[in-house]
Amino acid sequence: MTPDRIRSEVSAWLDANWRVDRPLIEWREILLDGGWAAPHWPEEWYGRGFTLDQTAVVAEVFRERDVVPAAQVGPRGLASETILACGSDDQKRRFLRPILTGEHTWCQLFSEPGSGSDLAGLSTRAEMKDGKWIINGQKVWNTSAHHADFGLLVARTDWDVPKHQGISYFLLDMRQAGVEARPLRQMNGHQSFNEVFMTNAVVAPEDLIGGEGNGWHVAKTTLSFERRGFSRRVRGSSLDGPKQGPIYGEYEEELRIATEPYTWYPQREGRVDLVLPRARETGAINDPATRQEIAKLICLHTGARLASDSAEASRKAGTTEIIPAGSIGKLAASVIARQASHVHTMISGADAMLSGPDSAADGIIAEVLVSVPAISIAGGTDEIQRNIISERVLGMPKGYRADQGPFRDIKRNA
Amino acid sequence: MQTEFSKEQDLLRDVVARALRDKSPATAVRESMATDRGYDPAVWQELCGDAGLAGVHVPEVHGGAGGGAVELGIVAEEMGRRLFCGPWFASAVMAGTALVEAASDSDRDELLPGVAGGSTIATLVLDDLNAPAGVGGSITSTEDGKLSGTATMVLDAHVADLLLVVASGAGGLELHAVEGGASGLAVESLQVVDPTRKLSRVVFTDVPGRRVGEVTGDTLNRIWDRICSALAHEMIGGAQHLFETTVNYTKERFQFGRPIGSFQALKHRCADLLLEIEIARALTHHSARCLDAGAGEPHAASMAKAAAADAYMSAARAGIQLRGGIGFTWENDAHLWFKRAKGSEVLFGTPAIHRERMMTMLEGAA
Repeated sequence: MTPDRIRSEVSAWLDANWRVDRPLIEWREILLDGGWAAPHWPEEWYGRGFTLDQTAVVAEVFRERDVVPAAQVGPRGLASETILACGSDDQKRRFLRPILTGEHTWCQLFSEPGSGSDLAGLSTRAEMKDGKWIINGQKVWNTSAHHADFGLLVARTDWDVPKHQGISYFLLDMRQAGVEARPLRQMNGHQSFNEVFMTNAVVAPEDLIGGEGNGWHVAKTTLSFERRGFSRRVRGSSLDGPKQGPIYGEYEEELRIATEPYTWYPQREGRVDLVLPRARETGAINDPATRQEIAKLICLHTGARLASDSAEASRKAGTTEIIPAGSIGKLAASVIARQASHVHTMISGADAMLSGPDSAADGIIAEVLVSVPAISIAGGTDEIQRNIISERVLGMPKGYRADQGPFRDIKRNA
Repeated sequence: MQTEFSKEQDLLRDVVARALRDKSPATAVRESMATDRGYDPAVWQELCGDAGLAGVHVPEVHGGAGGGAVELGIVAEEMGRRLFCGPWFASAVMAGTALVEAASDSDRDELLPGVAGGSTIATLVLDDLNAPAGVGGSITSTEDGKLSGTATMVLDAHVADLLLVVASGAGGLELHAVEGGASGLAVESLQVVDPTRKLSRVVFTDVPGRRVGEVTGDTLNRIWDRICSALAHEMIGGAQHLFETTVNYTKERFQFGRPIGSFQALKHRCADLLLEIEIARALTHHSARCLDAGAGEPHAASMAKAAAADAYMSAARAGIQLRGGIGFTWENDAHLWFKRAKGSEVLFGTPAIHRERMMTMLEGAA
């Protein structure tokens, strides 16, 4: 279908159906039935089998007309894409629709206190008893788990096979007595994540996804969507400026809850944008040592952006082999954030001891200084990225491993 | 701005890379660097006389290929990769750029074709190799075109047929053409850290020069930027080559019953180095595109020079360290690249000088 044709079809459909006075979920039911909630999905599952470019046309029309899109922010997007890719028809029927309408929220239950970088070393236990899966164990770094209806859970079902082979993937009902989510306070004071404790939590057999022992494969599918950052989804109204109509209030509240855990993320990246304004404001711009460090930061920041543009361009042109550009970009982001934090410290001097409303940039700089340490850990530590780069880009040999053979025999955290 | 090379540019790179792989292997580098002249005239004839590599950036009307900073950079990168020994940088990059940017039309008509075609070996004489602001402090010209003063370091002056000299005249900086062997000209070869790039002290005592153009502050900065961008390319080529050979070495060298490249201490250092080189390469290629487009950050060339110099030195230090004891021997080739890296780091401004130059362009002087 040509872009013009898509544009006229979606516009005609919106003329007939889009109204700002409908309740949020009711509107999304109509959106799903109309086939415009996830146009890149297959036709049998609420979509139209659109390409990336075709989906972008739909998104453009939604944005222009300030249309509220299907629910997609946060971990629920991971859930819907994972279920679509790996779930049974029954699971797709039961779970996809309430995700897209926003009725159900989800969380991801992957990391554990005992397995961070080594996710496949997880030891949450799932045992089949009386026809049900019984879950025991603890998860950590679970965004939105305190209000989620369901969780994407990986747990060990077989302890006598190598570690990747004994994992299964479950769709866990969070609203049950055996599941408790506790907020986790970070060093920067925010509570963006939870710890989740499962004590004899129950999963029905039909909520195992991808088959028993196949959980690592399904988990990699989820992680690949996480890394890709949902580039294909339809973004709708930006909610910038005043919007007239009750549906925007509901949508805004949904977004506020979903995006609240991410408010400090710009600080985690070092706030490079504040460096020159702060340096001018304080006069540090005239200090030769600070100027050197600012210049280094500008080189890193500009060079990393150019390198990423050029990797993107060659991927599009299909001229070079696929490289794990994500790992290089992620490592670059850490280096940039650390240098930015270093420069902010030089600029602030003794004022860097203060935080809160009386401190520089209304506390933002203080938040930078205590948030940057997270960027080189979250989503894969710098050390793991360096392993990936050295092994997959540079072809350096893998190190010797002490985690082969049955999982039961592998040394792990107590 | 473009982030990709055109098909023609890729082809140019392939051709130059192949020629240099054949003509400038490490054995040839070692032979040339041990001679006083410093290069093999037969190879010079093939690469510059026949293949036209000294004229890639010279307009076609002056006998060049009509390319720009991007094409010049491609050649520089491949030359740097193989540590090509010869007056290409002095003649094509430095003197060629000075003529294109500062000489009058008639002087360009007369002087450029020889430089572009490789039949004239030229060099650019600057009495300061640290920053444009210092140029003209020593060499002066009189009303009737007599040059006096000293340039403490000049690239390849010992083999130059033509010296282009930036001198202080009555009205400001001027570009003068001086013939090699002119009366009053004393060229003395210097002992150097990097034997693949020859340097001389050049003393002028009432040397007859011909004024070929004026050099305003803007012109000098433009020449400086173009030279720095080409030098950054040369450094990136060298860094990349040294990095590749170092990574390969870690895959082949066994200690403790395993390839040393399987130890994370080495893997992580190599991953960090890859990132540093990738960022420097992106800035370097960007600097040439900015120069050709006359757009982008005015400080692009300084970003490139600073980042490429730091990346090359990182690659050079790792190149020796990761080879262990053999990396510090004369027999191993790593030191050849290390010395070129060190020389290039300080030529036309240390990284610190370029970072300050960037900040001055962005925010004014401190």
